[in-house]
Amino acid sequence: MKKLLTAAASIALVSALSISAVAADKLKVGFIYIGPPGDHGWTYQHDQGRKAIDARLGDQVDTVFVENVPEGPDAERTITRLARQGAGLIFTTSFGYMDPTLNVAAKFPNVKFEHATGYKRADNLSTYAARFYEGRYVIGQIAAQVSETGVAGYIGSFPIPEVVRGINAFLLGAQTINPDFKLKVVWVNSWFDPGREADAAKVLISQGADIITQHTDSTAAVQVAEEQGVKAFGQASDMAAFAPNALLTSIIDNWDDYYVERTQAVLDGTWESMDTFGGMDSNMVNMGPFINMPADVKAMAQATTAAITEGKLHPFAGPVYKQDGSVGVPEGETLGGFGLVGMDWYVQGVDDQL
Amino acid sequence: MSPYEAILLTIITASTPLLLAAIGELVVERSGVLNLGIEGMMVMGAVCGFVAAHVTGSAWIGVIAAVLAGIATSLLFGLLTQTLITNQVATGLAITLLGLGLSGLIGSGFVGLPGVKLANVSIPWLSDLPFVGRLVFGQDPLVYISILLTVGVAYALKYTRVGLIIRAVGQNHDSAHALGYRVVAVRYACIAFGGATSGLAGAYLSLVYTPQWIENMTAGRGWIALALVVFSTWLPARLAMGAYLFGGVWILGLYAQAMGVGIPSQLLSSLPYVATILALVIISTNRRLSVINTPASLGQGFVPDR
Repeated sequence: MKKLLTAAASIALVSALSISAVAADKLKVGFIYIGPPGDHGWTYQHDQGRKAIDARLGDQVDTVFVENVPEGPDAERTITRLARQGAGLIFTTSFGYMDPTLNVAAKFPNVKFEHATGYKRADNLSTYAARFYEGRYVIGQIAAQVSETGVAGYIGSFPIPEVVRGINAFLLGAQTINPDFKLKVVWVNSWFDPGREADAAKVLISQGADIITQHTDSTAAVQVAEEQGVKAFGQASDMAAFAPNALLTSIIDNWDDYYVERTQAVLDGTWESMDTFGGMDSNMVNMGPFINMPADVKAMAQATTAAITEGKLHPFAGPVYKQDGSVGVPEGETLGGFGLVGMDWYVQGVDDQL
Repeated sequence: MSPYEAILLTIITASTPLLLAAIGELVVERSGVLNLGIEGMMVMGAVCGFVAAHVTGSAWIGVIAAVLAGIATSLLFGLLTQTLITNQVATGLAITLLGLGLSGLIGSGFVGLPGVKLANVSIPWLSDLPFVGRLVFGQDPLVYISILLTVGVAYALKYTRVGLIIRAVGQNHDSAHALGYRVVAVRYACIAFGGATSGLAGAYLSLVYTPQWIENMTAGRGWIALALVVFSTWLPARLAMGAYLFGGVWILGLYAQAMGVGIPSQLLSSLPYVATILALVIISTNRRLSVINTPASLGQGFVPDR
């Protein structure tokens, strides 16, 4: 299977590259995608960012992308090929590309690399991620207000820090409204498998969850929520079209500004290796329209969004207690740095074990 | 709806596409052809089914389109492997790649559009019975079709003349040819049947399971179906059992997680594979029976000597 995907990826690569082989003096910007741009979720939003580069810098830049690249050694081959084909800037857009990107970056010192959601950097390798957990906190509050059973279901992809952080932020938000709010977590061990995501949603609903939220890439879960008459949140992009009655809001990734800015920096020769962790304040995380909820809940959600955007509210402001009751974040402190980036513990109240 | 009912309903939904794709492949392999292109035929069925249903507004037209798309893709495989005698393994892999790419192209304008869901069967009174009502009398039509197909294939292979011919062709194509059977024609027919059920399995994904079109939405189910055929030692009853066991363990794993049983999710995710392999290994311990059922000419091209 893996071999096949690689073969598919190479075919896609060859065709993508042959299209852009014209105009060799332009800066070539490459993208590596974990899924298809048509997933209407994670990869879709990255592809929107790529299109933003085309739209705003199209006269100086060519963009190419390779979709469905599996994480691991196969990714290294694909990234290497992009670099060898003359890409000057390469965005690798999934956590599992971290080590492959690092390895390739060492071999191509003149090519700039940008890796999403990782934490390993080099002179020519930047990292960037978005504070999605800020949005998770907001939807946690909404969930606790709207839920009748007091139980939400959370579909996880892989138990990596980014996903764990989202689960924690969601529950912390919910607990500000209802301290006894329950959260059931189901891991599907895949970023993209619509059928399994749908299965997980059905399982969670039958276990009493009347709110479904997910950290996977497809729209399957919100569609099940629509069908079964419970509420749901969109992930990565606005999913209202798939669940017009069930959707409360979506957390929308907005990479457009960042991608254009970084590409411009390469064009200007001012690109430097750095770590970006953008949130609502830098417009990297947006909330979709608040729909299907009472006016007071909507007002609360807007107020929370505004407070986070202005920096007055931090989801991981102490005191935060871990699952076993020990202190995760002491009172008066706010979690930041590696404690936030490498989070590997659940907050009190999560009905799951890592 | 009681939790048990919900569990069983979810298991049936998860298992049906596997069973549909696998039962066709079983017939294909019984005729001595190894078609690794299930995934490609499935995804072609999924996209064509979705597009046809979306355009016409009728889920049934979608199902028919999916079957036709599956057959068309499989006939391409047939043309290459039976008429042009290409390597079956390589051709099957190529069909999968072609299907994944072509489906993305066909479906590129249909991503994010609302789908049409194939309505569940509703029999007055019977479907309203407590517990068994929805489970036995209220499924979507493709579930019944998958069961009928399995029973039909099992019966046809064992008791009918057609089944005997298919098995003869799969066991020893030279002898079958010498007896006057048209080996290539029989194999073409079996390949088309496999394409049709793979197309149905694809339709199940895009019209029932998750009624929308998403690229690569088969997500490897064709490969699981392929493995089920081999592990079932080419027997339809075992195949059905394997498919439901796979779906069942997978769904129960999700339930175990939702209930907060402290088993690592990675282990639970691998359980369906482990359980299916174990079960089928145990029931296949009768070596004599396994050898009898293995199509001896599997994967070999047939060129008539005159």
